[in-house]
Amino acid sequence: MTEFNQEPIVLIKPKRYKFWFNIFIFVFLIFGSLIFAKFSIIEVITNFFQSTRLLSRMFLPPAWNYADNAIGPLIETIQMAILGSFVGAIVAFPVALLAARTFIDNKFVNGPTRFILNIFRTIPALVLASLFVAIFGIGNFAGVLALSIFSFGLISKMLYESIEAIDLGQVEALNSVGANKLEILRYAIIPQILPQYLSYTLYAFEVNVRAAAVLGYVGAGGIGQIYERALAFRQFDRVGMIIIISFGAVLIIDFVSTSIRKRLVR
Amino acid sequence: MNANVINLPKKPRESKLRKTLIYIVVISLILWSFDSLNYQGVMITARGTIQGMIQGFLNPDIAYLTNTTVDGLPYAILETIAIAISGTFISGILAIPFALMASRNIVGDRTSKVGKFIITMIRTFPELILALVLISVVGPGAPAGILALGIHSIGMLGKLYSEAIESMDIGVKEALESCGGNKMEVLFRAVLPQVAPEFLSYTLFRFEINMRAASTLGLVGAGGIGAPLIFAIRARGWERAFTIVIVLIITVTIIDLISGKIRKKLV
Repeated sequence: MTEFNQEPIVLIKPKRYKFWFNIFIFVFLIFGSLIFAKFSIIEVITNFFQSTRLLSRMFLPPAWNYADNAIGPLIETIQMAILGSFVGAIVAFPVALLAARTFIDNKFVNGPTRFILNIFRTIPALVLASLFVAIFGIGNFAGVLALSIFSFGLISKMLYESIEAIDLGQVEALNSVGANKLEILRYAIIPQILPQYLSYTLYAFEVNVRAAAVLGYVGAGGIGQIYERALAFRQFDRVGMIIIISFGAVLIIDFVSTSIRKRLVR
Repeated sequence: MNANVINLPKKPRESKLRKTLIYIVVISLILWSFDSLNYQGVMITARGTIQGMIQGFLNPDIAYLTNTTVDGLPYAILETIAIAISGTFISGILAIPFALMASRNIVGDRTSKVGKFIITMIRTFPELILALVLISVVGPGAPAGILALGIHSIGMLGKLYSEAIESMDIGVKEALESCGGNKMEVLFRAVLPQVAPEFLSYTLFRFEINMRAASTLGLVGAGGIGAPLIFAIRARGWERAFTIVIVLIITVTIIDLISGKIRKKLV
């Protein structure tokens, strides 16, 4: 009988150096950041107790009678948001088609389009607004332009991702019966992405209302303008009222828009 | 026998009417908004401004770019990143209790509705206005920006976290409860381990958003690159303004790439 020594099975625990190294990096980044930005929780708390006076000047009570003056700028803010998302959505559609591989399968078209879209999305709306104010002067036109570009970036990014995720069967079916690009667009792509397209536009509108509320800070129209004025004159009860009004409006708009979006994309 | 007669359901007629109504409402809203547009033509100085912008774009402010003191661009960019990281970290932790309170399978139907409403309220409050309020509370500077991001991001993270919790496997939680685990044990042994990768991925996604937000916070005085940027634009210092914008674009793009790679590995 042959005898063979069977080696005992040794379980080797997976080395977790990499895991701990990653944890170390994360912790280092977080605490490094907190220290670099001079964030101290004790200071925040002490400052908070010192400044309750200011908060009470804002909200106890807010300048209720100022509400009438705030309604006009608020409506202007909403109009700016509507225009911004409308123009942005119209421009976004053809550009999203260029960026989507399912419509134009050409790296030299998709790549640069996406690159440009990414750049548009990194420029904050407030920066665009202040550049446009320098060209077109103070007023809501600069704000609408900024919001249009901002929503264009937002909508086209989400839209081209949706176009890439469509059911390709319909495109192939149309291809096989000899349809051209326009027919494919009309009968295969648009029917599939229309609900998402509308939903993204509404989403951009929601984001725009919030963005438009502060554009006035750089002189680009809307409720931010009276906000800045009230803050500059240290009329804190008015500041409180403006905050309450714009918050209420944003809350209602978000609620309505979200419920429409839920119905659109089920 | 009239078996060959099939009664097709009537076509819904009201839907067409509703569609037309919706079209009319949307179009009139857009026209009404166009009516408010106040276009006064370009400024008289616009030609000079645009020329200045192009000049500034072509001649970056190298001295500012390589200035490593507190007044230089590298410091401001690092501060912006630090604000984004710190704000995301704070909201990532603060969002967990909010998310638990909004999850149906943890606290029941009624409480979760209240929790969801609170999260919606937080999400809705514009973060720049929050930053402005916080500046008057803790003074201007990076801490105000960190707090603004930290509070505002709860709105999005709390929602995403609670959705992750609601869609997790409930069996583990029930198993722990059935052998007498208390609330804390259930939380740390059943809930958090299951949702940790998703939580991390959402938090990184929010970090990308916060990076963009942090770059505008400075416009209202809450620290970061925004303040030098708005000063440069107001002073028509286009060389400096466009140097900042270009560096900002590059930084945000790099951070997006890194964060996107990590997120792909996580989920």
